[in-house]
Amino acid sequence: MNWTEDDIRQLLDHLARALQQQLQDRGIRDYELVGIYAGGAWVAEALRERLGYPDEAGMLDISFYRDDFSRHGLNPRVKPTRLPFDVDGRHLVLVDDVLMTGRTIRAAMNELFDYGRPESIQLVVLFDVGRRELPIRPDLCGETLALEPHKRVELHGPSPLWAELMEQTRQG
Amino acid sequence: MQPDAHLLIRKGRVLDPAAGRDEVADVLVENGRLSRIGASLDAPGAELIDAEGLWVLPGLVDGCIRLSEPGGACTGSIASETRAAAAGGITHLGGLPDTDPVMDNAAVVQLVYEQAEKAGFARILPMGALTHQLEGEHLAEMHTLHQAGCVAFTNAGYPTTDALVLKRCLEYAANFDLPVVFRPQEAALTGNGCAHDGRIATHLGLPGVPVDAETVAVARDLELVQATGVRAHFHQISAAASLRLLRDARERGLPVTADVSIHHLLLNEHALEGFNSLCHIQPPLRHDRDRQALLEAVADGTLDVICSQHTPLGSSARLAPLPETRPGISGLDTLLPLLLHLVERGELPLERALDAVTAAPARCLGRPAGRLEPGHAASLCLVDPEPRRIPGEDWLSAGRNSPWLETELPGVVRLTVCEGKVTWLSD
Amino acid sequence: MTTEPPSSEVQLTPGGRLRHFLAIENLPRSLLTEILDTAAGFVSVGDRSVKNVPLLRGKTSVNLFFEPSTRTRTTFELAAKRLSADVLNMDIAHSATSKGESLLDMLRNLEAMASDLFVVRHADSGAAHFIARHVTPNVAIINAGDGRHAHPTQAMLDMYTIRHYKGGFEGLTVAIVGDVLHSRVARSQINALLTLGAEEVRVIAPRTLLPADVEALGARVFTELEPGLRDADVVMALRLQRERMQSALLPSEGEFYRLYGLNEDRLRHAHPQAIVMHPGPMNRGVEIDSGLADGERSVILHQVTFGIAVRMAVMSMCVSGQESGEV
Repeated sequence: MNWTEDDIRQLLDHLARALQQQLQDRGIRDYELVGIYAGGAWVAEALRERLGYPDEAGMLDISFYRDDFSRHGLNPRVKPTRLPFDVDGRHLVLVDDVLMTGRTIRAAMNELFDYGRPESIQLVVLFDVGRRELPIRPDLCGETLALEPHKRVELHGPSPLWAELMEQTRQG
Repeated sequence: MQPDAHLLIRKGRVLDPAAGRDEVADVLVENGRLSRIGASLDAPGAELIDAEGLWVLPGLVDGCIRLSEPGGACTGSIASETRAAAAGGITHLGGLPDTDPVMDNAAVVQLVYEQAEKAGFARILPMGALTHQLEGEHLAEMHTLHQAGCVAFTNAGYPTTDALVLKRCLEYAANFDLPVVFRPQEAALTGNGCAHDGRIATHLGLPGVPVDAETVAVARDLELVQATGVRAHFHQISAAASLRLLRDARERGLPVTADVSIHHLLLNEHALEGFNSLCHIQPPLRHDRDRQALLEAVADGTLDVICSQHTPLGSSARLAPLPETRPGISGLDTLLPLLLHLVERGELPLERALDAVTAAPARCLGRPAGRLEPGHAASLCLVDPEPRRIPGEDWLSAGRNSPWLETELPGVVRLTVCEGKVTWLSD
Repeated sequence: MTTEPPSSEVQLTPGGRLRHFLAIENLPRSLLTEILDTAAGFVSVGDRSVKNVPLLRGKTSVNLFFEPSTRTRTTFELAAKRLSADVLNMDIAHSATSKGESLLDMLRNLEAMASDLFVVRHADSGAAHFIARHVTPNVAIINAGDGRHAHPTQAMLDMYTIRHYKGGFEGLTVAIVGDVLHSRVARSQINALLTLGAEEVRVIAPRTLLPADVEALGARVFTELEPGLRDADVVMALRLQRERMQSALLPSEGEFYRLYGLNEDRLRHAHPQAIVMHPGPMNRGVEIDSGLADGERSVILHQVTFGIAVRMAVMSMCVSGQESGEV
């Protein structure tokens, strides 16, 4: 199964509108966007355009916070974390492409808290494929799926953005 | 040792370099004496040994070994080490005086003799200290030591930096026509070097021993040999440049002989790669060019003798970073197999190789050994050259410090007779 | 004959991951690049207010320094702490070994303390290799300098510095000046530069301070400073120790400075954009004069910062390699 460029564009439009609504509902006017490398960063950028968000989105590399680095080693080709804003007292919108076990989000939050104490964090994901191993839930989600145990979803990008169903090779 | 062997060794290939003999023949030993070598001998009452396909050699003579007793620098005992020698077809061993206490008095010589007799595996030919306590300052009591049984004198590689003292020692030794064994290594140039001063030492950052540490010593010692007329033997030559000096000396008519360790004929500085402390020896393994030159020198007789360099060490002496390990290889178990290995590689002709461990070292030490001479006490060994084995599986020396433990090598000794007594027998 | 495995076999898992860091020799270029790239990630961690990452939390790193060194030991300690590891400092000079306990016995005792990493500095070449061969499995050994043989983390931080200022190694001419004979840093630097693809590596020293067959290391030899510096892109000075004068290797520091000392004037021969480096500590007025050491060309202070990140990279890669379970 695949999601074409158009499919993804529609999901992103829907997600951006929902996020706008949610921020309004919660009375949040100042916030920072942070995407998790790599897919999350692409999604964050796409949301940034749709929201007309003026500043640069932050990008998080969670390699140093993973709980399984001995199995796979560090990945040095990843760009280091870049947060062009202060975390202390800010409302953050954390963005990732695929939410599965929840470990990536746990690592991302640990890292964010090493930078400072945010006022709040909202989680926005493009795909929620279930199979949680930690009590993490998204605030907003593009599409929810129930996948067979040996399958996963991969987002390709940065341009064009499209996604496909793949065989599981690595824990998410 | 009670000389009582009564054997008829049938149809072996009898190899005796001293007599130029290489033929299939019977060898008869009666009451410990080698009585006859000939075809189809008859000897009622003698134990029959079928030596078809086997070689009959004179008992091997290992020029200089480090003694395990008295003292603790080397591990094992005279009993354990002479047993390893017997299993290797070796019947005579030159023993260095760097024991503890030093062999600079008759009591130590007596101890060594008694221990060897008691064990009964091989004959030790003790070499007395050249200077008192090997300190290079005062003459040792060479005449007394000679009377006690020392066959030669040496400072065992300890420095004699005072050339005048050395000259006096040599004059004294020459006075009694006693041979002196030199281990040429200039102390200051050697420093704390543990590897040949070349590319491997540079890569590994190991302090190096340059070739001139040896040549400077050889040159000085040769000049003093010339001046004093002493009979001289140079022990453990490692560098091609030293050979030039030895050849010159021979041409000038100096009474000089020399030896090399079997390991220096087979290995070069690359053996130390990866900090392989099993190959840490003094003098160090040098460039392959040196190795080739040493082989040629054995072939042409410039180097008369091949020795094992036997230095049995306990594990604590080896289990440390290379510069901290004591140098030396436990060599008695592998002298003959390594020699045969050298021959099978075509690097040395068989007759010269055997001569280098039998007649030649006996000649240098001035002893009746290393030959199959009828009418004398029998010292011989029976070798099966065919089977290959891993030495580590039947290792007898108390020191397992050898890079050859796991290497498959040719030759198995079936029988050793030392001065008329059977000292080793295996099936 | 029994040989020792090549050092790459000791240092790498069968899958090619780092598990001990003992020497640069025989390591593939891709691995050295991976160390530099990983270090880059840690440099940015050093810029944050919270300078720690949890990678080695729960792990213990033991500093085994048989040779005194406050600077290097402190850097390793900092690196381990920034990885959230616990650090133990073994003051060997006053402990049992100086009283005759063997290195191996000491190691066994330390292993009982369940450490994950030993950072070792020792006066004997080959000490780190020896420890790596005899330590229990799953303990990573990092060589902080063994005799004259190697100082691989120093070389890697020097490589990081060069890559930072020069962009890469292609086409680069690097000159190493000073006591190459006694320098473990120089040997590791030469190996790293050649593996990473430097165009030419030169050593500049009087013959008494050059090891035998130094060309075998892959370096071009100069015994005069000016020709050696000509058009060099990077000039690396080595420390000259006082003892060298005692061992009759050099007449005096003054003469050394006159012939081989680095200053602005002599650097004219090098490339106009050449950078000057020194592993420290510096003997001002001997290897290098203050004007140059504190001047624009000098990147010496940055070397220190990069040193922490490089050590963090090496430590985390080794622990991860050990844990990977590849045997």
